[in-house]
Amino acid sequence: MSVLASIDLQTLGDAFGQGAVYALMAVGIGLVFGVLRLVNFAYGQLIMAGAYTLAYTSGWPVAASIVSCFAVVVALSLAMDRLVFRPLRSSSPAVMLVTTFAVSFLLQAVALIIDLRDGTLGEVASAVAPLNQAITVGGVDVRKVTFVAVGVAVGALIVLALVLTRTTIGLHTRAAASDFRTARLLGVRANRVIAFAVVVSGLLAAAVAVLLTVQNPFVQPTFALEDTIVVLVGVVVGGIDRLWTATLGGFAIGFVSVLVNAALPTDQTVFLPSVVYALVIVVLLLRPAGLFAWGRRAPVERV
Amino acid sequence: MRRRLAGLGEVLGPALLVILVGFLATTASDSNEGYFLNALVFVAIVVAIYVFVGISGVLSFGQISFVAVGAFAAGVMTVPVESKKGVLTSIFPLLRDHSVGNVTSLLLAAALGGVFALVVGLPLMRLSGLAAGIATFAVLEITHNVLREWTKIGPGATTLALVPETTGVLQATLGALVAIVVAFLYQRSRRGRLLRASREDPAVARSVGVNIHLERLLAFTLSGALAGFAGGLYVHMLGSITTEQVYLELTFLTLAMLVVGGLTSLWGAVVGALAISGLDSFLSQAESGVHVLFTFTLPQGTRLVFLSAIMALVLILRPSGLTGGRELRLRWPRRRRPAEAPS
Repeated sequence: MSVLASIDLQTLGDAFGQGAVYALMAVGIGLVFGVLRLVNFAYGQLIMAGAYTLAYTSGWPVAASIVSCFAVVVALSLAMDRLVFRPLRSSSPAVMLVTTFAVSFLLQAVALIIDLRDGTLGEVASAVAPLNQAITVGGVDVRKVTFVAVGVAVGALIVLALVLTRTTIGLHTRAAASDFRTARLLGVRANRVIAFAVVVSGLLAAAVAVLLTVQNPFVQPTFALEDTIVVLVGVVVGGIDRLWTATLGGFAIGFVSVLVNAALPTDQTVFLPSVVYALVIVVLLLRPAGLFAWGRRAPVERV
Repeated sequence: MRRRLAGLGEVLGPALLVILVGFLATTASDSNEGYFLNALVFVAIVVAIYVFVGISGVLSFGQISFVAVGAFAAGVMTVPVESKKGVLTSIFPLLRDHSVGNVTSLLLAAALGGVFALVVGLPLMRLSGLAAGIATFAVLEITHNVLREWTKIGPGATTLALVPETTGVLQATLGALVAIVVAFLYQRSRRGRLLRASREDPAVARSVGVNIHLERLLAFTLSGALAGFAGGLYVHMLGSITTEQVYLELTFLTLAMLVVGGLTSLWGAVVGALAISGLDSFLSQAESGVHVLFTFTLPQGTRLVFLSAIMALVLILRPSGLTGGRELRLRWPRRRRPAEAPS
């Protein structure tokens, strides 16, 4: 009972906020995986680039700062596709994954050089900070950004669901995600579909960059790295083969981490990663195809 | 006879290359010797990873956990007893009051790595594909978390110092050779071939009676033991270690070495480890200026930019790795075999 008692409304609010941000990242990763069969480890560096853009444009009007963040991230996302993903399209999944490690290191190293020009590590993104203030709802302090995060996540998911189900490009993307070769034979243009997925995943990364810098305005080269790893784990746990199971997986791991953190005794919270990853192992053993992938058999070897 | 000789190239090539690096290390200045030792220890780590990841074709991010366990076991058990009370204050009395010699510590590291891998592998080896990758990654996270926070078994988040620096040129070379020979014997054995068959086609392998779970578990355990051993070499080379040094960065770097060299061959593992370590050493020298034909200086901080850019380029231009994932053969085959399909 003590476990349940420690989970109050406050914690639930935080858990939804965290889950929402992770769900957005999961969609970004899941979309690209769907069309390219590529686990993009460098996704976190797109978010990091967005966060740096926000930091360096702190003096600008908030809207201009956010627009430039979106522009930079989408451009970088497209460049990554053109320079790295496209030449790798026929490679094995392990090679693609390891190449994205290299890209991730490369972007971190470049960010470090840019960051260190002023002699100190880390930049502060202050333009969007007001969102971090708390407002009191029914006796519970909720940071504004939690509402914004949940709102953005729900809104983005609804728009994306509509685009994927109601437009031609959405139909093509879903077709390509379920069987790329057959889709191409039937006239789906590979480059257009991939560009669509890459742009949308870039837009989502930019949105996440804004939300994360509100929570943590101190931007470093490793910004969002840990979150990306956690989301990648969540995406596989949820079921990477389908976009919606991947999204649920991302949401679930963010949500559960906050709950477990609240449920652990204070002197044991340092072992939070162990508990969460032990849960991950248990879930993977019981449902290797994905926690939310009902009624399907485990996929055949991929990586 | 001819075929046997050609097969020996598989082990002689990597072994001679390692001996050459060891020989070069003896001629290097004291300040440069570290680079060669580092490269040799990385050969041992990457070969350990190859034994599982390369031969089974199942991606694992968890092998560095066994390196970490080996490194901390060998490190904690070789700090002299008289200094332990000062540096490892909250450790179990049993660990505090005993220390072992250098060779014993390496064997202990190998044994612990193997046992840990066996325990972890029993449930995990049922998985394959991305699920296996993520589950082994979870093992890495848990190992790192426990080593970092549980101060009864080690130094926790602080640096473990005062470890005897016994990994010199001789031990590093011998260590890398041990890893290579063990990997060679395993991959030429019946067991190794069965596992390789399961990599090429799991369904066919199963249909001819290969117990894939068992074969993978064996390779995982052997790989864990070699990784623990390599971890022992690593800590004895560094002299001091933190949990962060045997965590994510080392995992990605060593996996990148294996893939850059060529995932599916022992030769690839050795070439990849040496090529990337060599490049890294060269670049860090170049940041302070090196003289190759003309003096060549890289701007500060650009080492990682070049290193990762070159790794990405190699993978884009040569996705099957520098060696193409093939073993070195002493005699050029008369007819070129069709390229092995990457798994």
